[in-house]
Amino acid sequence: MSAVRCIDVCKTYRQGDEDIHALDHVSIEIQNGGFVCLSAPSGGGKTTLLNAIGGLDVPDSGEIYIDEQRIDNLSKGELAALRLSKIGFVFQAFNLIPVLSARENVEFVMQVQGVDADKRRSLAMSILDEVGLAGMEERRPAEMSGGQQQRVAVARAIVSRPALVLADEPTANLDSKTSDELMELFTELNMNHGTTFVIATHDRRVMSYAKRLIKMLDGRIVDDIAQS
Amino acid sequence: MRILIKLAWRNLFRNHRRTLIMLSAITVGVWAMIFMTAMTQGMVTQMIHDGISVIPGHAQARNPQYGDDPTVNNLLPVPDSEIAGRLEGGGFSSWTTRLSVPAVISSERESRGVTLLGIDPEREADFTFVEIDTIDGRYLESVSDEGVLVGAKLLETLKTKVGNRIVLMSQTPDNDIADRGFRIVGVFSAKVELWEETWVLTGKETLQTMLGVPDQVTQAIVFGDNYRQVDAVSDSLRKAFDDTVSVQRWTELDRYLGTMLEVMDGFTLVWVVVIFLALSFGLVNTLVMAVFERVREIGLMLALGMRPSSILGQIVIESMLLLAIGLALGNVLAWLSVKAFPDGIDISIVAKGMEMMGASSILMLDLRLQDVVLANSVVLILGFLASLSPAWRASRYDPIEAIHKVD
Repeated sequence: MSAVRCIDVCKTYRQGDEDIHALDHVSIEIQNGGFVCLSAPSGGGKTTLLNAIGGLDVPDSGEIYIDEQRIDNLSKGELAALRLSKIGFVFQAFNLIPVLSARENVEFVMQVQGVDADKRRSLAMSILDEVGLAGMEERRPAEMSGGQQQRVAVARAIVSRPALVLADEPTANLDSKTSDELMELFTELNMNHGTTFVIATHDRRVMSYAKRLIKMLDGRIVDDIAQS
Repeated sequence: MRILIKLAWRNLFRNHRRTLIMLSAITVGVWAMIFMTAMTQGMVTQMIHDGISVIPGHAQARNPQYGDDPTVNNLLPVPDSEIAGRLEGGGFSSWTTRLSVPAVISSERESRGVTLLGIDPEREADFTFVEIDTIDGRYLESVSDEGVLVGAKLLETLKTKVGNRIVLMSQTPDNDIADRGFRIVGVFSAKVELWEETWVLTGKETLQTMLGVPDQVTQAIVFGDNYRQVDAVSDSLRKAFDDTVSVQRWTELDRYLGTMLEVMDGFTLVWVVVIFLALSFGLVNTLVMAVFERVREIGLMLALGMRPSSILGQIVIESMLLLAIGLALGNVLAWLSVKAFPDGIDISIVAKGMEMMGASSILMLDLRLQDVVLANSVVLILGFLASLSPAWRASRYDPIEAIHKVD
């Protein structure tokens, strides 16, 4: 069963007098439990594709399915509900809500989902322990390093067991050691929980962790490589 | 909802200085609304209370023809025991009857036109405009007291003194001149100088005898518990007289005061709204700044699946929390300020102006629950409306654009 399926997806932006084809007839399928890197130079279309898959951006044409549910024709409210229930996000930076502690940030999505307080707290504590942040639960983002903040973001992204985690340049603001630790965490979660990861990056070190590498250029898929 | 309240509450204290400045502005604004309203209402209440005690009462029963021809030909019989019983049990806080006629008062040296009032001194004592404690001489002792009380200002005009005799002259129902000599037994002070010049008081029966109208009065006046609610009082008064009299409320008898009450009530609302409008600029600015600083954060919450309506709710709750704290502080401050002046505020520096309006130079503060509720309601309702614009703007952000916004 596929976690993500894109069929002939196009997205064009207008920049001045020029049309920019951010996605140019893109078709891909990612199976459940996949660990995929989207690689492209800046402006290559990887973030646009990631946003379209995450329901944050709507394509001009084509079809997108998440967990076999078509999403390109959903309303804003339906897309918000879909993101809440099926997709976890890790962004490059500004991932956390500054006024909430690490635990509260992890609980945030569950709280919006309506999970009861005891269950929320127990799941948050457990997942923070799993990502190596035991003892730092009540710290606010400003009291944590960049790597620790990204770990909290990962914990939040996976705590409610979404079918899919989308990460946009998750290591861009991290040093190489912290980047490796984060990718090892992703790999471990992928293997232990079967969570599907789609990561947009142009960091070769990140790409080396992926089971599958999709290369893009000017909005097109130019290469699709299975990695061991 | 709990997460929205938690986020709103914590965001409030994110920028302490800005929140404190806005909180101070709301607190001072609310204090000003309530305290100034208490001053205004105190002045109005005092003016009306004093005005009512001079002549109208809360409601008045008169001969039905008295309105068209206010002379001693259209008097009212003194209530018999049956009517008096109904007046006693009619739910009035007090009642009395008076005989009031125009007259000329003459001393050895001067004459003046006055209104001669025959009263029941015992019944009048509770609400009369005469400041009994400061009378030079004595107060009237009974309905048959043959002395007169004159105001200090009139005494000065007549160039006479307590213990001297004066002559009062008026007209009988047969159009004959009725006059007689009276001894001045006391000189009274009143809050308004005009009253000291206008009114001369004597025993009711003494005046009835002088005019040849035994057992007749010009009016029966009653007081209820609240000068703002006189409908029930006037109905009871009408029933007490078996609908044979003309009953008028004080607002009809003294249209100046009645109109002033309406104007002041309207003024209170305008005052409260104007202060809030000034405050609302600060409030909207604070919220716009707060939203502007959090664009990426709002984008993140939208991206994570929070609905736009929840973002809107969060900003509105933030505004409501700010207003609620400001209201609480403003209310407490206003209450303390009013309590700090239990004997009123001395405004004798503008005493002449106040007197022209029929008010005294000591301004009593009147903190009414409905005025506090009005101020709080206006702040909350208009505050809610003012916060909608920045909240709506925040909820309409595109999550991707918001997340990638550059400072």
